[in-house]
Amino acid sequence: MHELGIVFHIIKTVERVGDENSLTNVSEVTLELGEVSGVVPSELNDCWNWAVKKTELMKEAKLLIETIPALTLCESCGKTYGTVEFGRVCPYCGSENTYLVQGREINLKEIKAC
Amino acid sequence: MDKIRIIEVKESIFEDNNREAARLRARLKNERTFLLNLMSSPGSGKTTTLMRTIEELKHEFRIGVMEADIDSSVDAEKIATTGVKSIQLHTGGMCHLDAGMTEQGLNELGMENLDLVILENVGNLVCPAEFDTGAVKNAMILSVPEGHDKPLKYPLIFTVCDVLIINKIDVLPYFDFDLEKVKEYALMRNPNLKIFPISAKTGEGISAWTDWLRNQVGDWINAD
Ligand SMILES: Nc1nc2c(ncn2[C@@H]2O[C@H](COP(=O)(O)OP(=O)(O)OP(=O)(O)O)[C@@H](O)[C@H]2O)c(=O)[nH]1
Ligand SMILES: [Mg+2]
Ligand SMILES: [Zn+2]
Repeated sequence: MHELGIVFHIIKTVERVGDENSLTNVSEVTLELGEVSGVVPSELNDCWNWAVKKTELMKEAKLLIETIPALTLCESCGKTYGTVEFGRVCPYCGSENTYLVQGREINLKEIKAC
Repeated sequence: MDKIRIIEVKESIFEDNNREAARLRARLKNERTFLLNLMSSPGSGKTTTLMRTIEELKHEFRIGVMEADIDSSVDAEKIATTGVKSIQLHTGGMCHLDAGMTEQGLNELGMENLDLVILENVGNLVCPAEFDTGAVKNAMILSVPEGHDKPLKYPLIFTVCDVLIINKIDVLPYFDFDLEKVKEYALMRNPNLKIFPISAKTGEGISAWTDWLRNQVGDWINAD
């Protein structure tokens, strides 16, 4: 399952940061999640709540998710538009020569801990 | 009671894996072992293509195979008939392999005594594309029945691959599959992509692909 794999990588990163900063108890983890990252937030939360119980550092930690909107740039006319609404065809000029500029991120933003 | 702090991290959760993958690639270079990561949807012809590839190259290189498919004991048995060493990786039901799991597999396989290791990744076009396995080169197989608009639906995997193998071209007459369109769409995502149309069934086009692979492996294991 995709979300569980992602959760393991978040936990691994939090554990490394915890180590580097001598943290003993993490209470909140904030994630930036791209709109087209392919990760389903509700499933991510379910996997998170299950997986953190097996850790020492973040047993009770909450997962907060901030969404990064997906934006596509059109190479033909240089305009940027919302990917989810218009897909890969530029709504301004009809070109298919378009690239995603943001929206696939899965970033660990910050950790609240003591 | 310690004071509560906020620690800004601001990093991709793939970063740890990317570092591990880079470390593994350096180790492969040292060991003079070439790792090819092969990705595709289920049933696109990975195992059949692998068999052909092994037959072409097994007299020149010492080859090993790692099978990551959830249920590929059948594949492993088929590969075993070619006489090369193969193992089954344990993904624990995961939809992808990361560099750590790949390295464990390589240790089990014994990479010191191998020139070329081929990893048959888990069968889907989404998750494996996000995780660098540490492979030297990445290849994907797209088969004719899957349709020519896959590069539009799954752009990421086309950007991370060095090679696109278009398999099952023997059935082109029976499908509404536009070979020129798929090349155009794929190159739009990745202008450096090498494209090899093949039929793993009839053997058509195989030698162009294995010539490319032979050169890549040779360059990697003979570099100083
Ligand atoms: N017509 C035709 N059939 C092919 C070709 N290559 C493979 N096949 C058939 O496609 C089916 C799947 O081939 P496999 O090689 O098992 O594909 P795979 O990607 O390893 O499949 P999984 O491991 O199950 O995901 C088999 O029935 C093959 O005989 C080809 O070039 N042409
Ligand atoms: Mg197979
Ligand atoms: Zn445009």
